[in-house]
Amino acid sequence: MTESIVRALKCRECGEEYPVQPTHVCEFCFGPLEVVYDYEKLEGNFTRKLIESRPQNMWRYRELLPIDGEPTVGAENGFTPLVRAERLAAALGVKELYIKNDSVCSPTLSFKDRVVSVALSKAVEFGFTTVACASTGNLAGSVAANAAAAGLESYVFIPHDLEQGKVLGAGIFGTKIIGINGTYDDVNRLCSEVAGKYGWAFVNVNIRPFYAEGSKTYGYEIMEQLGWKAPKHVVVPMASGSLCTKIDKSINEFIKLGLIEDNSTAIYGAQATGCSPISKAVKENTDLIHPVRPDTIAKSLAIGNPADGYYAHRVMRDTGGWAEDVNDEEIVAAMKLLAETEGIFTETAGGVTVGVAKKLIEQGRIPRDESIVLCITGNGLKTQEAIVDAIEKPRIIQSNLKDFDALAAADGVQV
Amino acid sequence: MSITIRIPTPLRKLTAGADEVAVEGSNVSEVIDNLEAQHNGLKARLCDDAGEIRRFVNVYVNDEDVRFLQGLKTAIKDGDELSIVPAIAGGC
Ligand SMILES: Cc1ncc(COP(=O)(O)O)c(C=O)c1O
Ligand SMILES: [Zn+2]
Repeated sequence: MTESIVRALKCRECGEEYPVQPTHVCEFCFGPLEVVYDYEKLEGNFTRKLIESRPQNMWRYRELLPIDGEPTVGAENGFTPLVRAERLAAALGVKELYIKNDSVCSPTLSFKDRVVSVALSKAVEFGFTTVACASTGNLAGSVAANAAAAGLESYVFIPHDLEQGKVLGAGIFGTKIIGINGTYDDVNRLCSEVAGKYGWAFVNVNIRPFYAEGSKTYGYEIMEQLGWKAPKHVVVPMASGSLCTKIDKSINEFIKLGLIEDNSTAIYGAQATGCSPISKAVKENTDLIHPVRPDTIAKSLAIGNPADGYYAHRVMRDTGGWAEDVNDEEIVAAMKLLAETEGIFTETAGGVTVGVAKKLIEQGRIPRDESIVLCITGNGLKTQEAIVDAIEKPRIIQSNLKDFDALAAADGVQV
Repeated sequence: MSITIRIPTPLRKLTAGADEVAVEGSNVSEVIDNLEAQHNGLKARLCDDAGEIRRFVNVYVNDEDVRFLQGLKTAIKDGDELSIVPAIAGGC
């Protein structure tokens, strides 16, 4: 087994370093803590060949993940398809388009299985036996499932008004599921108090520095699957903004380690208009993220006070990207477009990504002749409420050929 | 102008445990300087080297974040309440 190259937890604001422990805020300035590594220790040892020789799951990049031993939770998770999307490319009028398809991420059909695998493996290393989270839905399901498989107790906290698919998709695993009367931001505030008092491993509170690192594997896989190359443009859905910052970090790490060449990748953030504090700040070119009260069908992205908003903004600005947002109708239309062109049924967050990509291409912000990756991070079966009225219902007939002939004739079908 | 400042738990070590402190000042900047005069070390926790309020420290005057008022220049009048609230990191 390889030695861990994790150096410390480091404050993103004042630079103070802390030992590796279950904590997430700088005691001095209240800034967020991030895992930092001694990359020099990998010098020459972490090669494409080594990575390619390993099983196809997210742990093939384990040197760059913040656990000390072997993964104990989610050891098979990750490594989803990168799909060349020819038909969607034609519909959007672009030349080279790919879908990174985490709508089929195992085991709970969203990219959250990546962050949770890291968070819970780390929680086990720290000696926790109860794990928990504040969630907009996908995270709750992932914590519940991965905790069940690892024999851990779990408590998941969600806003009271989530989609059935998200609620059932967590409850089935025998987790303790708590609905909070309020928005995600209310859930989050409560969870930071509960985390302090109960001493549990809250994956996105006290374990957050480790948890967030799991998102890097989404970026690593894109680069490996493109043939060890970063795309020119990536469009990322944003809730807290964490995934956006970690895709950027993954690209910078691969460049630093000599695994890819710098391709000047531009990173674009996608939000729903009904909850767009980050895209608004980007469009208005201000560092100040104005918290909002969410009102959108993209409930998985409905964080009104995004923890990583400032850093996500900086990533988009520094990489030459941009941000946009789309309304509920555009989200539904984009979900249908992706499904009808590529056979991929994504949830509302994916509709946000595709809708925003379309907008940015039409605006000329993303050029039509360069490589583009769209981050599809969740599955449509979990957000059926959003599209139930927009999808054609089955036409009911009797089981006789005459009835079907009449229907086919009405459709103009020639026999 | 005297106002009341609410001190969050992690900073009470610097106020001898007090959760509220009364301070003079006509704007947020003066209030913070006077707070520092009474409780040495507090200003460095609230403001960065350039004197700006730290990114993950929220200062509210009567429940309004001063970032969305006039920042450090936000005027204070008698009886206003100023709260210092660390941002709640976490999320998603
Ligand atoms: C499907 C999906 N995509 C994207 C995100 C955004 O994640 P982040 O908070 O890292 O911005 C979420 C968050 O819950 C999600 O559920
Ligand atoms: Zn700090």
